[in-house]
Amino acid sequence: MASWIEKQRSIMDFTLSSLMRRKGKNIALFLVYTLVVFMLGSALFFTQALKREAALILKDAPEMVVQRLLGGRYDTIPVAYVEKISTIRGVVAAGPRLWGYYFDPSVGANYTLQVPRNNPPGRGQIIIGNGIARSRTVSQGDIMSLRGYDGLVRNYTVHGKLSAESELVSADLMLMAEADFRDLFQFPAALATDIVVTVRNHTELPTIAQKVADLLPDTRPIIREEMVRTYEAVFDWRGGVVLVLLTMALLAFVIFAWEKASGLSAEERREIGILKAIGWETSDIIAVKTYEGLFVSFFSFICGILAAYGHVFFSSACLFAPALKGWSVLYPAFRITPFIDPYQVAVLFFLTVAPYTVATIVPSWRAAIVDPDAVMRS
Amino acid sequence: MTKGLKKMGQARLPLRKSSLCLCLAGIGLLFLGLMFIHAHVRRQADGPALDRIAGTVKILELTDLALFTEARYTRHLSQTDLFAAFQDHPVALEHFPTGAVVRPPERWRRFNGKLD
Amino acid sequence: MIKLLNVRKGFNLGKPNEFTAVNGITLTLEANRITVLKGPSGSGKTTLLSLIGGMARPTVGRITLRRAGKNGADAEIEVTSLPERFLAEIRCRTFGFIFQQLNLVKGISVLENVMLPAYPLGENNRVVRARAQALLDTFGLGDRPSAKVEWLSGGEAQRVAMARALMNDPPVIIADEPTAHLDSKLSVEFMEIISRLKDEGKTAIIASHDPLVFGAGMIDRVISLRDGMIEGDAP
Repeated sequence: MASWIEKQRSIMDFTLSSLMRRKGKNIALFLVYTLVVFMLGSALFFTQALKREAALILKDAPEMVVQRLLGGRYDTIPVAYVEKISTIRGVVAAGPRLWGYYFDPSVGANYTLQVPRNNPPGRGQIIIGNGIARSRTVSQGDIMSLRGYDGLVRNYTVHGKLSAESELVSADLMLMAEADFRDLFQFPAALATDIVVTVRNHTELPTIAQKVADLLPDTRPIIREEMVRTYEAVFDWRGGVVLVLLTMALLAFVIFAWEKASGLSAEERREIGILKAIGWETSDIIAVKTYEGLFVSFFSFICGILAAYGHVFFSSACLFAPALKGWSVLYPAFRITPFIDPYQVAVLFFLTVAPYTVATIVPSWRAAIVDPDAVMRS
Repeated sequence: MTKGLKKMGQARLPLRKSSLCLCLAGIGLLFLGLMFIHAHVRRQADGPALDRIAGTVKILELTDLALFTEARYTRHLSQTDLFAAFQDHPVALEHFPTGAVVRPPERWRRFNGKLD
Repeated sequence: MIKLLNVRKGFNLGKPNEFTAVNGITLTLEANRITVLKGPSGSGKTTLLSLIGGMARPTVGRITLRRAGKNGADAEIEVTSLPERFLAEIRCRTFGFIFQQLNLVKGISVLENVMLPAYPLGENNRVVRARAQALLDTFGLGDRPSAKVEWLSGGEAQRVAMARALMNDPPVIIADEPTAHLDSKLSVEFMEIISRLKDEGKTAIIASHDPLVFGAGMIDRVISLRDGMIEGDAP
């Protein structure tokens, strides 16, 4: 056993010397490989963590939200519907909700204006999300002006700020009193944006949702599970930017593997012949190639994964920010909580290390099993 | 005593490449382990904060993350309708960058066929 | 002691460029002797050395090797029918090769080149390194173990090749045209080294068409080859 270990270590020594010979090429290979792992790892960590975090944060979202559709388009809902919904068995409470979007041309930002049903601000007062506070540099006591749908400008005093730690859900929020909201948007008193419903038994939600839809055919209820699951589709690998990223990474990989698998140079073949001639077995030669593939891919993987972790969880995926931000002006400042799945890391490991190692071994196989006689003849 | 000196002399032999490599590999694995430990520790530490955010969501009755504030249909993903995304015309290509990042919510995919 | 029985080696069999390099050779090479294979190019010297050294298998015929067995008694092994793994082991332990082209591994140090034959045997690295260094010292290259082989002169490279061949202390040394790239002085030195090795109990089989080699005084046997067959066999 000890001699087997010693033999493997000697072979490793030779492999490393071999790799050091073409230092430039191997360093370049290592860097590109690390970059590929970094990209894939970052995408993996980010999407995993964000999905998990979304699920945790939204676990207490409203149980059911009832929207009204007009011609397939989301429209305002009559407040009168609240009473009808309240009559359904299993419904504990139903109430109208007011919220909407306000586009601020001075900064090009979209705010979400909302009337909180619990503890709304007083008239003339607003509570703003920390994202708005940051981008407009306003704080408590300052005045913000909004132009209403009648063309008139209205001033509101900033009464308070929402917490910085909740920016992920509240960065662009602006809370105001109902009267102010209706006045700003010229929102009719008999209408609301949607209706929030609370039920007695959570498991009955789908049934109750069906009853609402039956009772009020022009409405569409949305239940909590659907809201939470929305974020599982975010950054789905099957679409958009992420697919492009993955395809590029895969392509880079294929190019590597092709370069390796496209055969040995005459020099490499000769070297294998020499080793065999001085008494190395085929399995020893294969071991050299295996270690070669393993060393490059193992170290690239470790560096790539650690860099990805640092990128996503220490700098909040700063490289992805432009893609996520898009054209939005208000982007929440948040630190993602690391939810990493060892299983996925392992899968990434095997998906990157195995093909590369195999691609390194395969072309050498043929040369390794040939008689060393050819060496004498060269 | 000569044996000891001999050992010292032998100790000054250059470090084997495989030893260095295996050492580095060990350190790499150690860092990998530390990574998982750090994640665990951070998760525990962030627990209360996440609970507080969930509390805010409950009080304000919020339904979505404020991640994509570019457009209506990206801001409130779970609440949006089909119209908003196709507001220009029915076969409009996506023009908001983040629209390329998120897929339509499952509800739409289930009842409205392929949306790509 | 190595025995060849009716050995024939053909190449490209079945193809239009088929040719037979070694054509029915029966030979017994005694231990602790210096044998020289002499003959023009194309006579099959290199192929014969390959066959003797277990680097190729004959198309027809048998080769047996007698070496000291584990329990003191001699063991006779038929090399031709051995699986590759065992053949490689025999090559490793029994033979030390000096190729015509030297065939040192480029890009790695002189010391590492010399240590290579010992790697498959799994010996302790310090022991191996010390032995390699000692060999380099014997050949006067001990002061430059980390030099890259590309920087060496012809004669120095030849000596590294010799050191490598002796790494596992093999009982048989096989050399193919060892003096091809050496001047007369170095050639004479080479033959002196071979003579010393014989005194230490080793066997040497050398292929050469250099008169300095086959005319040297310490040669025990000269076998002349022509067209793959033995033409002459003189002591």
